[in-house]
Amino acid sequence: MKRIGVFVCHCGTNIANTVHCDQVAEVAKDFPGVVYSCDYKYMCAEPGQQLIQDAVREHNLDGYVVAACSPRMHEPTFRKCAERAGLNPYMIEQVNIREQCSWVHADKEKGTEKSIDLLRMAVAKARKNEPLSSSTIPVTKRALVIGAGIAGIQTAIDIADNGFQVTLLDREHSIGGRMAQVDKTFPTLDCSACILTPKMVEAAQHPNIEMVTYAEVTAVDGFVGNFDVTIRKKARYVDFDKCTGCGACQEKCPKKVSSEFEMGLGPRKAIYVPFPQAVPNKPVIDAEHCRYLLDGKCGVCKKICPTEAVDYEQKDEVIVERYGSIVVATGFDQFDISKYEEYGAGRYPDVITGLHLERLMNASGPTAGKIKRPSDGKVPEKIVFIKCVGSRDEAKGRPYCSKACCMYVAKHATLIKEKMPQSKSYIFYMDVRTGGKSYEEFYKRTQEQYDGQYIRGRVSKIFQVGDKLIVRGEDSLIGRPVEIEADLVVLAAGMEPRADAVALARTLGISYDQHGWYTEAHPKLQPIETHTAGIYLAGVCQGPKDIPESVAQASAAAVKATGLLSKGELTSEAMIAECNEAVCAGCGLCISVCPYKAIEKKKVSERVHGQMKERVVAVVNPGLCQGCGACTVNCPSSAMNINGFTNEQILAEVDALCQR
Amino acid sequence: MGSIQLSNTVPDSDEFRALLKKEYESDLSLCYQCGKCSAGCPAAFAMENTVRQIIRMVQLGLTKEALTTYSIWVCASCETCSTRCPRHVEPAKVMEALRIEAKKAGLVADKRADLFNDLFLQSVSNHGRLHEVGLIMRYNLLSGQWFKDAMLAPSMMMQGKLKVLPESIKNKEAVAKIFKNVQKKRGGQK
Repeated sequence: MKRIGVFVCHCGTNIANTVHCDQVAEVAKDFPGVVYSCDYKYMCAEPGQQLIQDAVREHNLDGYVVAACSPRMHEPTFRKCAERAGLNPYMIEQVNIREQCSWVHADKEKGTEKSIDLLRMAVAKARKNEPLSSSTIPVTKRALVIGAGIAGIQTAIDIADNGFQVTLLDREHSIGGRMAQVDKTFPTLDCSACILTPKMVEAAQHPNIEMVTYAEVTAVDGFVGNFDVTIRKKARYVDFDKCTGCGACQEKCPKKVSSEFEMGLGPRKAIYVPFPQAVPNKPVIDAEHCRYLLDGKCGVCKKICPTEAVDYEQKDEVIVERYGSIVVATGFDQFDISKYEEYGAGRYPDVITGLHLERLMNASGPTAGKIKRPSDGKVPEKIVFIKCVGSRDEAKGRPYCSKACCMYVAKHATLIKEKMPQSKSYIFYMDVRTGGKSYEEFYKRTQEQYDGQYIRGRVSKIFQVGDKLIVRGEDSLIGRPVEIEADLVVLAAGMEPRADAVALARTLGISYDQHGWYTEAHPKLQPIETHTAGIYLAGVCQGPKDIPESVAQASAAAVKATGLLSKGELTSEAMIAECNEAVCAGCGLCISVCPYKAIEKKKVSERVHGQMKERVVAVVNPGLCQGCGACTVNCPSSAMNINGFTNEQILAEVDALCQR
Repeated sequence: MGSIQLSNTVPDSDEFRALLKKEYESDLSLCYQCGKCSAGCPAAFAMENTVRQIIRMVQLGLTKEALTTYSIWVCASCETCSTRCPRHVEPAKVMEALRIEAKKAGLVADKRADLFNDLFLQSVSNHGRLHEVGLIMRYNLLSGQWFKDAMLAPSMMMQGKLKVLPESIKNKEAVAKIFKNVQKKRGGQK
């Protein structure tokens, strides 16, 4: 019979206030198998662990149970403690009498009773614990970065600089993302392209970076260290090896299309490079608008191309590549302002968003940097900004703060005053949130030096009178309704997850919140990791951020990814499924439910009545199995067991609870 | 102006806010005072306090001030505010709740509006629908402004807009039953 020790932790007063810890330790002495039991103020602290190690040696314990906080917090601590005491780390159990007892109960007697029950169960289980060991799996020393905005580019460069191969993938045909659309950046007003394009070029030319644009991830198999990623490279209809990027095709293409990059404010052609600094700077054909691809008529680009690079026969190409780690940096969509019908958004051409204004201010934009109204091309004088459009608005399903808008509105007001000194900006706000280095000072300057008129209140309605837009709001500080006759209204549209963020999350097997932002493994202590080992997050896909924050997270993700790649091999989980081949019927049900594709069939030979017979059984790949247990509950012959959570152990716990 | 003693007013009015939440499903703690309600209110021009300010009064525990403000009786219940509120506070419902509570507490600021409301409901409860002439005559008599809008009557009558005698609907008992049910539920007049 195994000799079990019990250690009850007070967690300061966290547990001791609601549970009689001494009583729990006393009762535990009578549990079958328990040879030693005590309580202590902080089991996780150095003296607490010393106490455990001493008790293991003194009482010759085979295993022990710690009644303390959540195993999520300290199971690794107590496993290591067991190792130092000379035990197999899997011979111990941790009972959570903090989150499950003291924090959720007010009655000390009931809290104590429940703690005793939980402990009794854990002791019964610990008696059936067996030593476990983990195996190792090799790591593919390559990383994949999905999304090539500023976050993705920074991650790729950092991984590449650390000496690892990295694939930088984007579904658009140029890298650069949202930052490429931005004119200037707060709080220093650097030109966005001037600081972004060197990074784009660096990424394109780095020997360790493979740039795959105009491509999408369609499937991900495998697990940490060895992801098999299926990538669909969309047909560009232009042979990049032949194309010199001369631009003749773009010039001659007769089909004009509204440019997505210019937010619909300017045209592009059906064969196009989205913006002058695009990387790669070679055109693609937009199959939805190309006259030749639609009707078989035209073909001008093919005729004009001096290097015969245009190839209408090109098809999508699907490749499968293996990566050790994945960084997701897919960014955001701008909130769809047409949901604000009271602002006439989508109906009035002069009610625009911040990104539209960025393009109107940009020297390479549709107006060559002159701010003109989309409706009639007039230069606006009175400009109204409305903040929190699609942010902090539960009625529109967006209760969160988009974080960057307060600063970008201040930036817009500053830049507009610089460009057009006769203009006047009115800014409707509810709160001004300028937490960030030099942000508050920037906002102050917008008011003091650039004449930004801040009005506290949310606008209720915008309507058109003549060529003016009447903006009606309340100045809530004076408590009276106010009206402004505006020439141009800029809605500080918030950020929302990409429309297909959830679909990608499902492909990758990572979790997301109710809005579609990807969820980090821990909001404070693991803000880069996802719940899926080997997949990390960078930039806005995890939640609204500005550029400096995205870059910081990108570099952090690169460190995490390279940390994984720099290991020669990974230690796999010890608590994984194991098949008892003697009872396995080979039905294969486990194979169909396994989310990690970790189970396969194999043939075994055995002697039955003097004859050799072949039989099919299931076999678990220890490198892939994550110990989720789906196979064990599904197995009709109880052949599948999770080591450390065997059917026998769980039944022992149930028995212990029933027999009290 | 003396300062408001928030350390008294706020805890003392907890009960009133709890009542608004329980009886009227109006949780005023949701309101973040953006003013979108007041900005779009078509009756705001006639209000001494905007809707947002009235909600703020309740948040700060100035219950009596909120109940006695004339503005709650100016509200036309058009519900523009409720439609646009980003926080689901439903200000129109709050105004209605305050009117009911003001009536219960005998703190009605606009006696005429209150009288008009009562007579309107009485007329509907009696006939199953509104009898305009009866309502106006009783209202003018009881509010002491005998000839208010009287000059409009001849031309409206000529165009057939006014009926002297009340017309009842087919099943006016059904409407009467609605009134009875509401009275039973509210335990009061309105």
